[in-house]
Amino acid sequence: MTGMTVSLGEQIANLHRVAPEVVLCLFGIIVMIVDPFVKAAGRRALGWTAFAGTIVALASIHVAAYEKGFAYSRLISTDNFSLFVHAIVITAAALAILGSIDYLDREGIQRSEFYALVLFATSGMCILAGANELITAFIGLEISSISTYILCGFRRKVRESNEAAMKYFLLGSFATAFFLYGIAMIYGSTGTTFIDGVKSALEGQIAANGHIASLAILGLGLIFVGLGFKVVAAPFQVYAPDVYEGAPSPVTALLASAPKAATFALMVRIFYVSFHSASNIWFWVIWVSAVLTMFIGNLGALVQTNVKRMLAYSSIAHAGYILVAFAASTELGVAAVLFYLAAYVLMKVGAFLVVTHVGQEGEKRLNLQDYAGLGMKQPALAACFSLFLLALLGLPATGGFLGKFFAFQGALDSARAHGSWVIALVVIAAINSVIGAYYYVRVIVAMYFWPQSQEYVPTRVAPAVVFALLVAAVGTLYLGIVPGRVRSLAVAAAQSLPVQSSGSNTASNAGVVVPAAARSVR
Amino acid sequence: VHGQASYLLTVITFLPLFSVAALLVLRSDDHTWIRRIALAASLGEFAVSLLLLRGFDGTDSGFQYQEFYNWISPSIHYHMGVDGISLFLILLTTFLTPLAILCSWKSIQQNVKGFFTCLLVIETAMIGVFVSLDLFLFFVFWELTLIPMYFMIGIWGHERRIYAAVKFILYTMFGSILMLVGIIWLYHITGTFDLPIIENVLANSAPLSSTAELLLFGAFFLAFAIKVPLFPLHTWLPDAHTDAPTAGSVILAGVMLKLGTYGMLRFCLPLFPAAAHKLAPLIAVLAIIGIVYGALVATVQHDLKRLVAYTSVSHLGFVVLGIFAFNAIAMQGAIYQMLNHGISTGALFVAVGMLYDRRHTHEISEFGGLATPMPVLMSLFLFVALSSLALPPLNGFIGEFLILIGTFASHHVWAGWAASGAVLSAIYLLWAYQRVALGEVTVEKNRDLPDASGRERFILATLAVAILVMGIASPYFTRPMEPATNALLQQMNDELQRPQNAARPAVPATIGAHAVVLPAAMTERRARP
Repeated sequence: MTGMTVSLGEQIANLHRVAPEVVLCLFGIIVMIVDPFVKAAGRRALGWTAFAGTIVALASIHVAAYEKGFAYSRLISTDNFSLFVHAIVITAAALAILGSIDYLDREGIQRSEFYALVLFATSGMCILAGANELITAFIGLEISSISTYILCGFRRKVRESNEAAMKYFLLGSFATAFFLYGIAMIYGSTGTTFIDGVKSALEGQIAANGHIASLAILGLGLIFVGLGFKVVAAPFQVYAPDVYEGAPSPVTALLASAPKAATFALMVRIFYVSFHSASNIWFWVIWVSAVLTMFIGNLGALVQTNVKRMLAYSSIAHAGYILVAFAASTELGVAAVLFYLAAYVLMKVGAFLVVTHVGQEGEKRLNLQDYAGLGMKQPALAACFSLFLLALLGLPATGGFLGKFFAFQGALDSARAHGSWVIALVVIAAINSVIGAYYYVRVIVAMYFWPQSQEYVPTRVAPAVVFALLVAAVGTLYLGIVPGRVRSLAVAAAQSLPVQSSGSNTASNAGVVVPAAARSVR
Repeated sequence: VHGQASYLLTVITFLPLFSVAALLVLRSDDHTWIRRIALAASLGEFAVSLLLLRGFDGTDSGFQYQEFYNWISPSIHYHMGVDGISLFLILLTTFLTPLAILCSWKSIQQNVKGFFTCLLVIETAMIGVFVSLDLFLFFVFWELTLIPMYFMIGIWGHERRIYAAVKFILYTMFGSILMLVGIIWLYHITGTFDLPIIENVLANSAPLSSTAELLLFGAFFLAFAIKVPLFPLHTWLPDAHTDAPTAGSVILAGVMLKLGTYGMLRFCLPLFPAAAHKLAPLIAVLAIIGIVYGALVATVQHDLKRLVAYTSVSHLGFVVLGIFAFNAIAMQGAIYQMLNHGISTGALFVAVGMLYDRRHTHEISEFGGLATPMPVLMSLFLFVALSSLALPPLNGFIGEFLILIGTFASHHVWAGWAASGAVLSAIYLLWAYQRVALGEVTVEKNRDLPDASGRERFILATLAVAILVMGIASPYFTRPMEPATNALLQQMNDELQRPQNAARPAVPATIGAHAVVLPAAMTERRARP
């Protein structure tokens, strides 16, 4: 297994397994190398090069799919789960790049390193999604974090952007330090940093002592602090509104979607696989965090008049809904998390791209008042935005609804294991979606019912953005009306994880209810 | 006809949505053709929906015209069907929509394309609710009714339209999201979203504990009660009605409120009979309070449209009472009253809308003696008012009479209190009519108001004919309902008489297999005569 004896065939297979990461890095390097040789006008072309890179990376997922298995001494696991998350993350990056090309021109900061950083960040997130070893995960986390710290401060002359970068960097460093400390403790307790190795070590502890060593649990707690920060779960969400508001809008689109998906993927691996035997302990941590996250996100969004900031709070709330599915601690829960992430990425990136366009030069038009009458001025843009908002709200026939639906379903399915607390969690989530309805609907009210704003003079939507919005809108509807294919991919992804499935959960997933489940609810 | 493959329901459900595509290709300032195509589409829809009557077997208590396809595998299906309960509600929807389009012919002048798009999308969503036999499909249509109605109130409404629209959507969404939790919970108990199979499973193999049943009943009932609306959840209704455009009010009062009472009949009673029985007295008391309270508040309104809105609270109270009296006659009366209310109150809103088109106000004090300048409009107004206050032999009388006589058979006191509502309705409607139409013309500018135009006469006359026909030929409508209502009550009785906690055969390990043998399950429900 050691690197010395790896055959050429195995080397090539390994390379296939990380093909998307390799492609992203290659294109990032190409962008960096070509940059000195092009004039200012040519940098747009580098933006398109980066976009091409994401498309090739998406295609290379199929290459990776031919060689499923462990790569590089089991550091990376290329399984259905990892590939599904790859697709989500790279799609988000592709849409964000499409939104950036004209944005950077508009703001006068058209620079090639922007695209390179987006590609490197994406490759880091891809490593996160596939990591089977905690130090590898840490490296992935650092690659993606450091790139995004820089991206946040890309509007160098704008104070809010600098503040965002600084805040994100300082707090983010703390969070990753917590994560690293957690890894150290787990290593101290189990003697391994492999995700599946920790699983068997902990099961060994249970067999030997009847319980898991408290050091490992403490390590898990620290890991939750680090990763909770990245997915903006309460109480680690404080930075998010400021950072999301200050960062350049296309970066916010990326930040609110892709890292969340990748980090949730890592959380699934650590919590569901490594610490599956401790699920009755971490269930409560997730439960409390989910409730806090949903309320903080939704109540915070209620009072915002800045649409960008409102969407920032809304992404906190959505982290809460994902945590509801996460709390299920079953395969069905993993599938729900994955489907939710797929739907969420499309609608969130779409919404932020609209904000990017309406913001206009210097991102001055972010207030609700600037959206007044948009439905009359730019009907197509307003219709797209309404669709994304209604999807975020969870209206049927959109991906957002099915995301919530599967999340609730996944959580309720675990009612047997966790009792009525899960039902309470779902009811709290349901009440929160209604609170959410208020502020999403308010933006639609402004767009269609208010007299037209004088400040916002409509400008033409760039073709790249039109294309990105169309992809997001069609994807949102596709996931809402014919979700079958993506759903079965998500289920297959969940099944590719070595989660110990507990009895009836997988059965009811297949549509056949085992009577035990039926009786237990009574 | 029964059991054989049919696409009729799919066609009826989605025809309005497809005609929207035709609207969208028109230029948005081509108002004439937008109106014509919308009208033609809705008339065509009405004609197609009449085909339902041709093949409908009025002696069959089961679902007819069923369609069943896999949608989101493995457990969510595209399952549709009609029975005696939903048949006429579909026809009511397709009947009222062309009239709603006609009555907004002149009054809607801005963003005409958007308006008719909303109207046709609502039609699809409402019909979808009435024909869905899969809880998931039902919920999708149920939520889809909200958004176009919200836009209709918010864009084309009157003074406080934004407040009314937001209140409408938040109220109804709150109810429906808890119903969603209930639906998913039911799925985890039964392993399916298919209504007939769920009924079967709950009745035979996996009965609910009484706590679970009460909670689930509550989750469904709350959503429906807000929609109806049942006292004390009615406060969104007067605002929504007052500020909605005329067509919005017609659709809202005519069909949308019935989605709530229909939901009670279709889901609350057959799925949770014990909980329904347990809570029936409480619900009946709320219904009676609604009847009396709605009537009293209507009496003192000075805004004519708000007055009509409160009559809905009162009339829908009758419907809820009829449903929860658990008596075949009362239940048929309740369904019949749903149709009557749709037509009479729809007609009242149409008439009020015509007054608004002329004077741009709903204040009763701004009218007075209107019978002098416009005798035709006012006599038609009187006719629909009489139908709404249940004058024999008009349709309202049949509905209320059936409800009261059926309720009286089982609960004397309920019927007694409810009957007072019938008296009060005469007071508020006739008094309002007197203040609006009779006596001298009190406001000078009313003297030259034009009488009903040909288009307006046509709308009101059509509704008046429907009122008269439904008053005289009521058996034609109630007879097809009979098998379905009888079977429903029988089904509930069987459930209740089964001793609680009696030893049941161990649950077979293949409940899920019902999903496979569906055609059998589709026919076995309500097989009793």
